Amino acid sequence: MRDVTYLRPGNVRDAVQLYRTTPGCRPLAGGTDLMVMLHAGTLRPAPRAVLDLWSLPELKGVRRANDVLEIGAAEPYTGIIGSRDAQESVPALVAAARTIGAAQIQNRGTLGGNLANASPAGDTLPVLLAYDAVVVTDRRSIPIDEFFVGYRKTALADDELITAVRLPLGRDVVFRKVGTRAAQAISKVVLAVSREPARIAIGSVAEIPLRARRAEVALERNDIAGAVAAVADDIRPIDDVRSTAAYRRQVTQNVLRELLDAFARG
Amino acid sequence: MVTTSTIGRSVPRREGAAKVTGAALYTDDLVVADAWYGQTVRSTIPRGRIRSITLDPEFDWERVVVVTADDIPGENVVHLIRDDQPVLARVGGEIRHREEPILLLAAPDRNTLEEAVRHVRIDYDPAEPVYALEEATEVYSTINIRKGKDFEDVEGVELVVERSFRVGLQEQLYIEPQGAIAIPWRERGAGSREPGVTIIGSLQCPYYVHRALKRALKLTDEQAVVVQAETGGGFGGKEEYPSMVAIHAALLARKAGRPVRLIYDRHEDLAATTKRHPGVIRHRTGVKKDGTLLSQDIEIVLDGGGYCTLTPVVLSRAAIHATGPYSCPNVRIHARAVATNTPPNGAFRGFGAPQSLFAAELMVEHVAERLGMSSVDLRRKWMLRLGDTTATGQTLTESVGAELVLDAALKAASAVGRSGGRAVKRGRGLSLVFHGSGFTGSGEKKLQGTLAMEALADGTFRILTASTEIGQGTKTIFCQLAADALGVGLDKVDLAPQDTSLVPDSGPTVASRTAMIVGRLVQEAATEIKDRLQRERAPIKVQKSYVQPDSIHWDETTYTGDAYPIYAWACTIADVDVDMTTGEVRVTDLVTAVDCGKALHPVMAEGQIEGGTLQAVGWATIEEIKMKDGGYQNDRLATYLIPTALDAPRIKTILVENPYSRGPFGAKGIGELPMDGPAPAIIAAIHDATGVWLDEIPATPERVLAACASR
Repeated sequence: MRDVTYLRPGNVRDAVQLYRTTPGCRPLAGGTDLMVMLHAGTLRPAPRAVLDLWSLPELKGVRRANDVLEIGAAEPYTGIIGSRDAQESVPALVAAARTIGAAQIQNRGTLGGNLANASPAGDTLPVLLAYDAVVVTDRRSIPIDEFFVGYRKTALADDELITAVRLPLGRDVVFRKVGTRAAQAISKVVLAVSREPARIAIGSVAEIPLRARRAEVALERNDIAGAVAAVADDIRPIDDVRSTAAYRRQVTQNVLRELLDAFARG
Repeated sequence: MVTTSTIGRSVPRREGAAKVTGAALYTDDLVVADAWYGQTVRSTIPRGRIRSITLDPEFDWERVVVVTADDIPGENVVHLIRDDQPVLARVGGEIRHREEPILLLAAPDRNTLEEAVRHVRIDYDPAEPVYALEEATEVYSTINIRKGKDFEDVEGVELVVERSFRVGLQEQLYIEPQGAIAIPWRERGAGSREPGVTIIGSLQCPYYVHRALKRALKLTDEQAVVVQAETGGGFGGKEEYPSMVAIHAALLARKAGRPVRLIYDRHEDLAATTKRHPGVIRHRTGVKKDGTLLSQDIEIVLDGGGYCTLTPVVLSRAAIHATGPYSCPNVRIHARAVATNTPPNGAFRGFGAPQSLFAAELMVEHVAERLGMSSVDLRRKWMLRLGDTTATGQTLTESVGAELVLDAALKAASAVGRSGGRAVKRGRGLSLVFHGSGFTGSGEKKLQGTLAMEALADGTFRILTASTEIGQGTKTIFCQLAADALGVGLDKVDLAPQDTSLVPDSGPTVASRTAMIVGRLVQEAATEIKDRLQRERAPIKVQKSYVQPDSIHWDETTYTGDAYPIYAWACTIADVDVDMTTGEVRVTDLVTAVDCGKALHPVMAEGQIEGGTLQAVGWATIEEIKMKDGGYQNDRLATYLIPTALDAPRIKTILVENPYSRGPFGAKGIGELPMDGPAPAIIAAIHDATGVWLDEIPATPERVLAACASR
C-alpha cells in the first residue's frame, strides 16, 4: 500500500471543507470495500488521502420522523439490523443488510458507503430503489432513481458527501439474493420488488443497480407473465467470475415470477 | 501405579489448548531479529521465454537484495520426482505457466519491497499456450492396468454402458497461507564449517524440504536444517510446495546475510500454488442382463499443469482406484497425465482417487438405471469381498469393509425424512468407496520410514519423528500409542520438535500413512524400550524402521500385485434440496459410515471425516475455478468460495471398526477417504431430485439449471 494521508474530521461541516480542499481525497465510510481495493492497488485513481466519516455522530442513527425512516449514512448495518424501527418499517432492508458479508463486515459497512461505492452488486441498492429512497447529501436530496449514472458512477458532485438515506414507511417490499453460498457471498442476482407501487429493482445484471421499467409497466397492469417476459429486456447481464449472462437472465425471470406469485398469494 | 490405556478414548489434543487460546505460534507469528521481508516476482505470461530482466536505474537497488537464477549455488531445480521445475526461471529460459517464479527481492520493510517490485521489468517472447486436455501432447506419465481379457474379447456381455465424466480444479485452502523464514548461519571464524541455513516454515514434510534445500543451495545434510512451525492445515498443499518457498527464502537470506521472511498473502497463495488435478474419465462397462459385472474399460486423463510435481504418483492412485470397490474379472485402465500451460497441480487430500472414484460411482448408477435395478442392489452384487481380487490382482485377505459400511450407512440413514417446499425438490444419493492406506506399491519399502524414541533419566519418554501435526492429530495419537505400550501416563510422553537436526526421516506426512505406518513404529519402539528397561537404566534410545511384510508383493513394471497394504472403506448417503428457481443445491443431510479399522481417538477420527466430507461437498457443489489466459480468475477469497457453516450439511458419522492386523490396534489410515464419497453421492441425489444426470462437477447452479432446461 502506498502512502495515503488519513483525515478524520470532527463534524460534517469540517468534513465537507476537507473534502473540497484536499486533492485526491476519498471518503471512507466503513472501508469494507475501500480497504480491500487500496490493499490490492485496484483503486483508480489511487487516492492520496482518505477522509474517515465513519465516526461522525451526525451520520449515525436510525430515526423515524413523520412518514419517513431516516438512516445515517455512516450507521453500520449492525445498527440497521438491530433497529426496531427499521425492522418494523423497512424489513426488506434489514433482510438485505443481514446478507452482507460476515458479522465483522456488518459492524463496519454502511449505507453511505454502499451507495457511494455504487457497485452493481451492492446488496442494499435494489432495496433502496424498490423503496424509492431519497439520498440526502450535505446540500440536497437526490431521488435514488437518479443516483446511479454509470458503472460505479453516481450523481454526487466531486465534493458532495452523503449524510443520510430516507425511506418511506408502509411499503411492502420483498427481497431475494442469489449467491454462490448461503452466507458471505457477492450476489449473482439480487432483486427487490414492491407490488404497490410497482417497483422491480435488480442488482448484478447491468453496469448499475437498475429499475426494470418494462417489467414495472406490465406489473402495473397486473400482468405477471408480461412482467416476467419483459424483465429479460430490461437487464444487461454479462459473463464474469461469479456467473454467466444466461444464468442471470434465467434466474432473474424465475425469481421475479416466484416473488410476484408470492405477492399474488398474499 | 496402574495406568489405564487411552487407546480409543478422546483425550484432549496435545496442542489444542495453545491453538484455541492463540498461544500457538505459526510461522508469521515468529519474531526474528533483523529479518527482512521477501517477495517473489512471477511471470505474467503462460508460455514463452524470458528475453530480459531489467532493473530500473531510477530505483536505488542498494536498498534491497535481488536474487535471480544466477545466484543459485547448487542446481536450479526443485527436487521432487522429475527435475523439470526450476527454482527460478532464467533469462533465455522457458516459462511454462503464469505465476512462475523469476526473481526474488528482499527489503527491510514492505514499502521498500513494493517499490522495488514496481521497478522490475521482465520482457518475454511469448509462445502459443496449450490449455485443453484434448490438445495437450506432452505426457508426464502413463499407467496401464490389465486384468483378464480386453474389453472386446469378453464373452457373455449383454449390455454395454459408456459415459464420460469431468472434474474440476480445487484449492486446498488451508487456513494459514504458505510461508517460511530462512535464517542463515553466521560464520564461526576461520576454519569453521561452511555456513548453512535454518528454515522455519509451515509444512507437512520436513525432509522433502531438507532434500530440496540441499540440492539447490549445495548444502550438506548438516548445513540444512528444517523446522516445522505450528502449521495451519495442509491437505497436501504443504506436501511439495513448501520446498519452493523454503529455497526462495534461503537464497534471499544467504545473499542478504540476514534472516528473510517469505510469507505469501492469500492472493499469491491462491494464484500461484498447486491445486487438485482436473481431469476427464471415460468408462465402458460390460454386464449381463442380471447385472453381473464382466468388464470395465477406463480411460483417465489428468491435467498436470506446467510442471510435473507429484503428478505421476497422483495418476497412479487415480488409476488403481478407478474401478471403484468392485470385483471385475476383466479390467483395462489406461491413465495418462498431460502438461498444459497452467500453474502446476499437485498433492491434495485423496490424491487422484476422488477424481476416478467420482466417475466409478456414477457409472454404477448409470448401469443400474439401464438395467432397471436398484443401484444399492447392484453394488451388493459387485462389491469386493474377502478373497476377491482388485484390478491389480491383489487378493484381499483381511479387513474388507464394503458390506459393513454399506449396511451401517443404510441403517443410519433410514430415519431421515423427506420433505420439499414448493420450488424445492429433495433427493437422496449413495456412494461406496475404498481408499488405499499408506504409499502405493513398494513406496513404503523404498522409503523405510524411521522413528526413534528415548527413555530419559527423569522417567519421561520422548518420541523423535518427522511426522508432522497439521491438525489431524499426530501428536496426540503418537503419545497415546507410546504411553499405552510403555504402560505409563500420557504426561510422561512427549514429542521432540519436528526439526531435521533432531529427528530421523519418518517419511512424509501424507497418503493416510501416519497413524497406521508410523504409529506402528511408535508401538514397536515403545515396546522395545519397555523391555530394555527391565534390564537397563535410562537414558536409552531406540530406533525403528518400517519393514515391509513378506506377504506384500508389488510389480512396478506390470502394475500388478498388492497396491496397498490395506484399504479403508466408506459409504456415504447424501440428501439434497435443489431449488428449481435458481438451480442452487443444498446438501442438507449426510450420513457416512467409515471402516477405519480402529478409531484410536474417536473424536479426532470423526473430525477428520467431517472436515474431509465438507471439503468434498465444496468440490462437488460450489468450488469452481474459472481460467482466463492460463490464470485462475478465482484468486481471492471473494471469488474462491468454500462452504460456510450455513452451507454445511448435518453430518452423521458412523465409525465401523474392522481391524487390520498390522495397524496399531487394527487402525487403518482414513485421512483422505472422506474426500472420495460425497461428490458422486451428491450428483446421484441431484438426479434423484430432478431427474437430471450431471457428468461434471462442481454442480454449480448454472450447470444444474442448464441441465434441467435442456431435459
